[in-house]
Amino acid sequence: MSSLDASAAAKTESRNANRAMLAEFWFYFSQNRGAVIGLFVFLTLVLIALLAPLVAPHDPNFQYRDNFLTPPFWQEGGNVSFLLGTDAVGRDILSRLIFGARFSLFIGVVVVTIALSGGVVLGLIAGYFRGWVDTTIMRVMDVILAFPSLLLALVLVAVLGPGLVNAMIAIAIVLQPHFVRLTRAAVLSERNRDYVVAARLAGAGNLRLMFKTILPNCLAPLIVQATLSFSNAILDAAALGFLGMGAQPPTPEWGTMLAEAREFILRAWWVVTFPGLAILITVLAINLVGDGLRDALDPKLKRS
Amino acid sequence: MSLLQIRNLRVEFDTAAGPFRALDGVDYTVEAGEVLAIVGESGSGKSVAMLAMMGLLPDSATVTADEMSFEGVDLRSLSTAQRRKVIGKDISMIFQEPIASLNPCFTVGFQLLETLKAHTDLNRRQRRDRVIELLTAVGIPEPERRVNAFPHQMSGGQCQRVMIAIATACHPKLLIADEPTTALDVTIQKQILDLLTGLQRDHGMGLIMITHDMGVVAETADRVVVQYQGKQMETADVLTLFEAPEHPYTRALLSALPENATGDRLPTVSDYTEAFAREQTEART
Amino acid sequence: MSDAILKVRDLKRDYVTKGGMFTPPRVLHAVKGVSFDVERGSTLAVVGESGCGKSTLARMLTMIDAPTSGSIEIDGAPIDINAGKVTREMRQAVQIVFQNPYGSLNPRQKIGAVLEEPLLLNTSTPAAERRDLAMAMLEKVGLKPEHYGRYPHMFSGGQRQRVAIARAIMLKPKLLVLDEPVSALDLSVQAQILNLLADLQDEFNLTYVFISHDLSVVRYIADQVMVMYFGEAVEYGTRDAVFDNPQHDYTKTLFAATPRADVASIKARLAAKSAA
Repeated sequence: MSSLDASAAAKTESRNANRAMLAEFWFYFSQNRGAVIGLFVFLTLVLIALLAPLVAPHDPNFQYRDNFLTPPFWQEGGNVSFLLGTDAVGRDILSRLIFGARFSLFIGVVVVTIALSGGVVLGLIAGYFRGWVDTTIMRVMDVILAFPSLLLALVLVAVLGPGLVNAMIAIAIVLQPHFVRLTRAAVLSERNRDYVVAARLAGAGNLRLMFKTILPNCLAPLIVQATLSFSNAILDAAALGFLGMGAQPPTPEWGTMLAEAREFILRAWWVVTFPGLAILITVLAINLVGDGLRDALDPKLKRS
Repeated sequence: MSLLQIRNLRVEFDTAAGPFRALDGVDYTVEAGEVLAIVGESGSGKSVAMLAMMGLLPDSATVTADEMSFEGVDLRSLSTAQRRKVIGKDISMIFQEPIASLNPCFTVGFQLLETLKAHTDLNRRQRRDRVIELLTAVGIPEPERRVNAFPHQMSGGQCQRVMIAIATACHPKLLIADEPTTALDVTIQKQILDLLTGLQRDHGMGLIMITHDMGVVAETADRVVVQYQGKQMETADVLTLFEAPEHPYTRALLSALPENATGDRLPTVSDYTEAFAREQTEART
Repeated sequence: MSDAILKVRDLKRDYVTKGGMFTPPRVLHAVKGVSFDVERGSTLAVVGESGCGKSTLARMLTMIDAPTSGSIEIDGAPIDINAGKVTREMRQAVQIVFQNPYGSLNPRQKIGAVLEEPLLLNTSTPAAERRDLAMAMLEKVGLKPEHYGRYPHMFSGGQRQRVAIARAIMLKPKLLVLDEPVSALDLSVQAQILNLLADLQDEFNLTYVFISHDLSVVRYIADQVMVMYFGEAVEYGTRDAVFDNPQHDYTKTLFAATPRADVASIKARLAAKSAA
C-alpha cells in the first residue's frame, strides 16, 4: 500500500517539476516586454490565418470591376467596404493580406521544419562522430554558406522551376547550414560532459546518446535559431515572390502582391505599403519572440 | 583606530524569487598587521561581504551598514568611483582562479607594469626594475625571463604568485584573499600560504583570508569569523576557536573534519544543514 | 588468504599529441606501469596531485579509455576493451562516481529516469519493477521517493552526489570507482557523503577505488593507500604503513604540506610567530 502512495506522490511531484520548469520559463520570458508583445501579435496573426475565410470581408481573388485602385476608406474616394483599398484589378487588399498570412505562416513552418530536422541530424552526426565525417559535412555547409543566400535560393528555384513549394525547399537548403553549425557547436561542448560519459557507462548506444542524452541539452539555442529562421524564411519567400520566382499570381502571397504592385507605386501608395507593412510587422514580432526565448532559455543553461 | 571597521552589514539581492538576504548583520574588524579569517561553507556570504565593501557588487544588491570605515574614512558616503580612488591603492584583492584573474592577452610583466603605472609615479626604468623585484619577492624563478611569459604558459601556482605580486605592488595596507588556494594542489597551497603570511608579516599588512578550509584557517589566522547562511556564528581568536569553540555550529564543523574522526562515523552538521535544507525545499515548492 | 577482486598489472597509458606540420608528435606518459590488487569489500585510495595520472587510471578501470599496455582483471575476468565491445557483464562490474555533481547528471533528465537508465539498458526488468527499485534506491541513499520526479537543478550539490552514487550502484557493481567524490562539496556535506559511502560498502559488500587529493579524507576512508606522482605509484601499502612511515620523499612532502587543524600545531605556529 505504502509503495503505491509513494508512487502516486512521485507522479504528482513529477508533474509539479514540469510545472515549475514552465513557470520559471514564463517568468524569464515575460521579463522581456517586447517578447510578450511580439508573442501577442504573432498569436493574433496565427488566429487570423486560421480563421481567414471567416474574417476576410471579400474573396481574395474576386475582381471588382468597378473598383480598380480604390484608396483606403479614410481617403477621398475611399469605400468602407474596401477598408484598405483595392489593387489594380479590383481585388480587396485587406482580404488578400488576411489570406496571405496563411501562406507566410505555412512557409515559415515548412521551411523551419525541413531546415531544423535536416540541420539537427547533420549537426549531431558531425559533432558526435568527429573525424572525416565531421570534416565532410562541415565543408559542404561552408560551401553553401559561401554563396549569398538569396542568390543561391534564386539559382535553386531556377533549376527546380518557379513555384511556392520549390521556393520553400530552396530557402530551407539555404537556412540549413546555420542549424548544422549551431547543433555541432552545442554537441561538441556537451559530448565530453560527465553525464554523457555516465550514460555511456550505463550502456547507452550511439543513437541513444545522440538523440536522448545530448540533443535535449542542445535545444535552447536551436529553438531561438528556429524562431529567427522562421522570420527569415518569410522574408526570403517574399523576396523570391517579389522577383517572380516564388508563389505565382494570383496567389495572395505578400511578396507576390508587392511584385504585382510595383508599377503603381507612384499612383497608389496603398498597394505596396500594406503588404510591406504586413511583412515588417510579422518579421518584427517573430524576432521579438526569438529574443525573449533567448532570454528565457539561456540562463537555464548557465545554471545547470 | 582599526584598519577596517564594519558594523551590522546587510546585503540583499533582488532575484527572480523575490529579495534574497545574502548577509544579515555581520561585523568585521581588522587591525593593522592582523590576519582575519572569514570561514564558512558555500552560501554563507563570506565573499559577498568583501565585494560589498569594495563596491564590486552588481546593481541588484542593496548594501546597508551602521558603520563601514577604512582608516577612519567613512566608505558609505562615497560613490563607488570615489571609493575605488580612496581604497584602490590601499586595499587589494586576489581571487580563487588565478589563471582566470589574469588577462590572457598580455604578458604578466605588462600587467604588472600597468598596475604600477596606474598607482605610482615611477618612471619607465624604475617600473621595470620594480617588476623584477616584485616577481623575485613572490618566488618566481628566473623573473627576467618570466616577465615576458603569458598567463597560459605558467602553472596555476605561478599565476597565483603573479596575482599576489600585482596585489602587493603598491604596498596595500589591507589584502583580501578570496579562497586563494582552493584551486591549487596541497604542496602548492602550502607555498602560497607561506608566501602570503610572509608578505603580510614583512609589510605589516592587514590580511583577510576568505576560506572554507579549516586547515587553512589553522595555518594562517590570528582571528576567525565563522559564518553560516549570511549570519555570523562566532568570532574568536584562532586558538580559542579550535580549543573551545563556543557556538554549536563551529563545534559541528570542527568535528566533521575527517582528521578529527574518532569512531567509525563522522559526525555531521545535521542539526543545522538538514533543518535548513528542509526549509529551503519547502520554500521552493 | 587473499580475495582480490581487482588485479592490475603493469598498467600503462600514453597520450600522443598530434604533431603539427613541422613539429613531431609528442608522447605523454600519463600512467607509467602501475600494479595493485584490491580485496573484496575494501577501499583502495589513490592519492596524488593534479596531473599525476589518477584520473587516467580511473578512466581505464571503468573502461572509458583503453590502456596502452598492461592488464586489468576484475573478479578473475580479464578486461580488455581493445579486443572488442564491452559486454553487459563487464559494464555491470564497474561503475564510477564523478567529482562534479553539477556536471554528472543530465540536466534534462528527471532523477527517476537517471536511476532507471542503467536497468533499462542492461536488464529486462519491467517498467513497474524498475520504478520500485529506483524508489528503494533513493531511500537507501538518503533521499525521498518524492524526489523521483524532480530535475537535477532542484537539488543541492550533496543531494546530487547522492543521486550519482545511487545511479552507480543500481546495477550492483562489484567495483565502484570514486573520482574525487567529495572534493566539490562543503565540509558538512562531505561528512554525510563519506558516511553514506561507508554504509553502502557494508550493506552491498562494495569494493571502492577512491581517488582523492585530500589526505585527511583518505586517512579516514582507506584500507590501502597508493600515492601517485607523475604517473608512477611511488608508495603503496596499508593505510597505517603509509601514514605512519612514509618511504618516498614525495609522500613526505605531501604530508608536510597538508594543513593541520589541531590545537598543538596552532600553538606551535603562534609561538613561532611571536618569537619572530
